[in-house]
Amino acid sequence: MSTAPNYIEHHLQHLQLNLTNFTIGSGGFWTLNLDTFIVGLMTAVLIGAVTRYVAVNMQVGRPGHLQNVVEVAIGFVDRTVRETYHGKSQLIAPLALTLFLWIFLMNTLDLVPVDFIPSLLSMAGVEHFKIVPTADVNMTFSMSITVFFLILFYNFTVKGWKLGKEVLTSPFGPWLFPVNIFFRLLEEFVKPFSLALRLFGNMFAGELIFVLIAMLPWWSQWLPGGIWAIFHILIITVQAFIFMMLTIVYLSMAHDVH
Amino acid sequence: MEINATLIGQLITFAILVWFIMKYVWPPITKAMQEREKVIAAGLEAAERAKHELDAAQHKALSIIHDAKRDATHVIESAHKRSAQILEDAKETAREEGERIIALAKDEIGREVIQAKTVLRKQLSELAVQGAEKIIKHNLDASLQKTLLDEFVAEL
Repeated sequence: MSTAPNYIEHHLQHLQLNLTNFTIGSGGFWTLNLDTFIVGLMTAVLIGAVTRYVAVNMQVGRPGHLQNVVEVAIGFVDRTVRETYHGKSQLIAPLALTLFLWIFLMNTLDLVPVDFIPSLLSMAGVEHFKIVPTADVNMTFSMSITVFFLILFYNFTVKGWKLGKEVLTSPFGPWLFPVNIFFRLLEEFVKPFSLALRLFGNMFAGELIFVLIAMLPWWSQWLPGGIWAIFHILIITVQAFIFMMLTIVYLSMAHDVH
Repeated sequence: MEINATLIGQLITFAILVWFIMKYVWPPITKAMQEREKVIAAGLEAAERAKHELDAAQHKALSIIHDAKRDATHVIESAHKRSAQILEDAKETAREEGERIIALAKDEIGREVIQAKTVLRKQLSELAVQGAEKIIKHNLDASLQKTLLDEFVAEL
């Protein structure tokens, strides 16, 4: 057991692959966080497989347990999308469902004891492994940038020339158009950052607190660990919901002409 | 916290997952859910209709029972009347028959009385003749006596 700062630092290190020469270690921008990538891929495959399994074995008359769970999620997302979004796009609802399920599942990995997977893997010679992909800015930004480009796409395709008028005249009228443009650009560019950093911040802080709790003596960990884990269940769900909800709201704003 | 190529990798994973969900998961599940909603709506409607039908049937059954009761009362009443009528008729017939039999008997009796009287008269006349013969053999002319006796018989 090393010192406390070392322990924390150890837990905040990604397992990285240098893409320029395919060795373990950092390679500047051309680095792949293997842990984030592999866990993200595994959770994505799991979601795809389970939901596809349910979709293939869909029963109208007698739904099974798994089908009920998936149906509840889909019904919930479908209702939320229909309440907020009034456009015609068939992409928004599946996108929202994917965001919710994926973020929720990745967040849930935060409840796995912090040392469990890393110590298992260290026996196999892997030095660092962060299992919560949403505590990695690359993960959260990959989703928020997708949303950002979709916002731009719908702004241009749905509004057409009206977009120019909207950018120039709202919110302060045509005479203050430079301020309007500045405000609009600021508003649009803040969206991906706020989406990504909110999720990242919550999950990173949650993980850090688990790491801190793990440094307490073993006989006293259960109380703060239990309390924080129970509270974290709420954060996990709420953060997945907020990301999904804001995505829907942003995309419906991109559809609505002011 | 550093931005690196993981971002691109995750973008690709995310895009594929969204595409997969949109293409292969969302449509069949929502379709089945809508189908179920329709089935449930149809079931509720059918239940409502069946309830109405049951109400109507119960109403109809009640009215049928009511009619049947009324008819039955009619039938019983007319049966009572008819039986009284039959009884009356039978009494009448019996009385008539009795009277006829009595009349017949009276006739018969009358005839037999007349017959008996005739027989008796004959026997009496013969007895009288025998008695007279015996008397006349003693003293008088038989022919004169017989004339007298015939006159006497005719007067009887």
